[in-house]
Amino acid sequence: MADLRNTFAGIKSPNPFWLASAPPTDKAYNVNRAFEAGWGGVVWKTLGEDGPPVVNVNGPRYGALLTPDRKLLGFNNIELITDRPLQTNLDEIREVKRLWPDRALVASLMVPCTESAWKAILARVEDTGCDGVELNFGCPHGMSERGMGAAVGQVPEYIQMVTEWCKHYSRLPVIVKLTPNVGNILPPALAAKRGGADGVSLINTINSIMGVDPMTLAMSPTTGGMGSHGGYCGPAVKPIALHMAAEIGRSPEMVSLPVSGIGGVGSWRDALDFIALGATNVQVCTAAMTFGFKIVQEMTDGLSEYMDSMGFKTTADFQGRALPTITDWQYLNLNSISKAVIDQDKCIECGRCHIACEDTSHQAITATKDGKRHFEVKEDECVGCNLCVTVCPVPECITLRTLAPGEVDARTGKAVVEQPANWTTHPNNPMRQAALA
Amino acid sequence: MLESPDIRAGRRTPAQYDAAFADAAPRFTRTQALVEAERCLYCYDAPCMQACPTGIDVPSFIKRIADDNLRGAARTILEANPLGGTCARACPTEVLCEQVCVRTTQQGKPVEIGRLQRYAVDAVMDKPVTALFTRATPTGRRIAVVGAGPAGLACAFTLARLGHDVVIHDAQAAGGGLNEYGLASYKMAGGFAQAELDWLMQIGGISLQLNWRLEQAAQLTALSGSFDAVYLAIGLGRTPKLGIPGEGLAGVRDAVAFIAELRQSQDLAALPVGRRVVVIGGGMTAVDAAVQSKLLGADDVHMVYRRGPESMSASLEEREWAQKNGVTLHYGLAPAEITGSGSVSGVRFVRADGSVETFAADVVLKAIGQKLDEAVLADSGLTLKAGRVVADIDGRTGVAKLYAGGDCRAGGLDLTVEAVEDGKRAAKAIHAAIHATLAAEPI
Repeated sequence: MADLRNTFAGIKSPNPFWLASAPPTDKAYNVNRAFEAGWGGVVWKTLGEDGPPVVNVNGPRYGALLTPDRKLLGFNNIELITDRPLQTNLDEIREVKRLWPDRALVASLMVPCTESAWKAILARVEDTGCDGVELNFGCPHGMSERGMGAAVGQVPEYIQMVTEWCKHYSRLPVIVKLTPNVGNILPPALAAKRGGADGVSLINTINSIMGVDPMTLAMSPTTGGMGSHGGYCGPAVKPIALHMAAEIGRSPEMVSLPVSGIGGVGSWRDALDFIALGATNVQVCTAAMTFGFKIVQEMTDGLSEYMDSMGFKTTADFQGRALPTITDWQYLNLNSISKAVIDQDKCIECGRCHIACEDTSHQAITATKDGKRHFEVKEDECVGCNLCVTVCPVPECITLRTLAPGEVDARTGKAVVEQPANWTTHPNNPMRQAALA
Repeated sequence: MLESPDIRAGRRTPAQYDAAFADAAPRFTRTQALVEAERCLYCYDAPCMQACPTGIDVPSFIKRIADDNLRGAARTILEANPLGGTCARACPTEVLCEQVCVRTTQQGKPVEIGRLQRYAVDAVMDKPVTALFTRATPTGRRIAVVGAGPAGLACAFTLARLGHDVVIHDAQAAGGGLNEYGLASYKMAGGFAQAELDWLMQIGGISLQLNWRLEQAAQLTALSGSFDAVYLAIGLGRTPKLGIPGEGLAGVRDAVAFIAELRQSQDLAALPVGRRVVVIGGGMTAVDAAVQSKLLGADDVHMVYRRGPESMSASLEEREWAQKNGVTLHYGLAPAEITGSGSVSGVRFVRADGSVETFAADVVLKAIGQKLDEAVLADSGLTLKAGRVVADIDGRTGVAKLYAGGDCRAGGLDLTVEAVEDGKRAAKAIHAAIHATLAAEPI
């Protein structure tokens, strides 16, 4: 039986599934229910500095991208940090941690970019007995207009500076939560590392507008007829998050910087993606907001079954295992040649592969054979692009076959070369490496 | 001792009638339609479209439903099939579009094309804010259509769109043909046949001449003289005789007449039905008559067919529908004699091996197909084959100005949707012929 116990940035939890700092973690009532359901950890909804609490809009805070049968693909929000008094939150954090000593409880923080503000809140947070702090440098709406959240996260110098303050004024582990609203995730991550961060978590939400109401022609949703961009999350953002996590994971400068993966985790499969790409644990919000806290039980069970089937005892056994398979395009083996193969026993003859290939790719799939409806790959045209595989509605019906060395590629008429070769040495590359030219 | 036949009205409570004759397959809700539409794969050169006799672009209309473009969806349907609303209800989709749906191959369950089609058409007919189709500039040409059923209406509508004037002649007191008189009422609930007729008439240029019965060849000659073309879409008016003893007994009647009476009834509780009903036949009319007898409160309904299920024109789904409604199906039994004295008391059937089976009956409904009144047509110079008018797929009969289509034309499976296609094609052929004469006329 797999051991799901997890340690991220020095913080222990019984499993790698944490609830991200968000509406589900705003108060003791919710967090107690989350722990009862089995969540390994919780990052408490972001606390701001003492004083009059922030104010939220009194209209819609959320929008969604849905399939026609209303499965949620993407989710967006304009909610701000906690709108409850700081002391109330601190009291509840203390109480919840006392009730759940084995679970991870981390406080998310966001105060103005002054040393005194951070110093003041850190002392009070540490006093609750929580396990760590997460610096919210990612919130892209509302708070960023006030110079906090993503406004900090987009400036590596600020990230490093605030991280240093936190490490200086607190003995708690410091996690820096990164914004994806940057051109390159590495400078902010490196700044966090240089500031002494014990780990980074990513991604926070992405700037987004969900759509326009076709009747009113106003953006949707609106409060009093006006809207504002929100933060995008949910299943649709996972590929973006995976790329950013992997960029950090495979950067030589970031070796040993723990990563908490966030963005579209709704199942054990999603967690597997993040962990195999280097993350130590994952954080979840949208799936919980869609299905309730019980969903964690399907996640832990699925991950445990998977690990058992693969012979993994802990997540460390496969953490980062996919990272060496990621490289830059220029290093991909141009001598590896694939062809699509359609399994005629599985084919339902919808013709989607044909029309996709015919209209938009390489005219490499037939529509008829001997006058009858029949879909078959023309190997002399197929470039192995994988489009047919992605549009086919039947799992495993179309697959790509890699040609064996010596086999002739019907498209080029040339035999497959066993020796790999990539763009850096390709004769068509004017910048090819001089030594090999 | 002779039993008197048990035939009476009011076997059920008013609530039972309402429930029994409600829509057999109610209109999809928006949620149902969106979820079902999402199952459509938008196939290339879609098999469903090939299987539709009227060639409706099924993937397009379903995508438009998914896109919340119901007018666009309805336009796609009605452009190919002006009676798309009736066909959505009456088509045996299980042997047409839905039979070849690739989701059947993949999941054992086709996209419910018929119900999606109804959803789109009904939505637009409910809210005809602006017309989906407009009529071309009137040409001043006039075409007579004989028969206001699916073929005649499709022909008239298509001609009217092209700018011609059409007078539809029909023997009944209301238009619609079998849509109004022949289909089971649970398929056409809520007066849909008349609603559709009204919608078709809105195109303009069509008038209805009701209670006009074709009885003499001279009537056709007169129409030919005063119209630019005549389209015969008279269906199959008569039920042939079984040719067995006892056919004249009271309580023996044509299933089509029974269904027509039921369809026109304002009060089902006043409609008499036998306690024990035997329906002879194996088609959809037999199913509709048997099921509706049961729904009216008959205790025992036997539907008896002379051959095996594989030869039956009622589809498996139709047969299951009959069984679900309590009808008992029998195969391989040929009717030999209807017994009784004055009124029917039973039917004696014979198997191929000579063995005999007898069912007691208060009512016997004959649903053994229909035929044309051939004399009038032969007198008009038309060629008849197997009791139907010979015409090409565009309705040309070989007699000048005279076209024919729908059930009265030889060939086909007697489906509503085929009749619609006949009417559509004939309209285009008539239009082309008129164009040719226009071009030939001196300026």
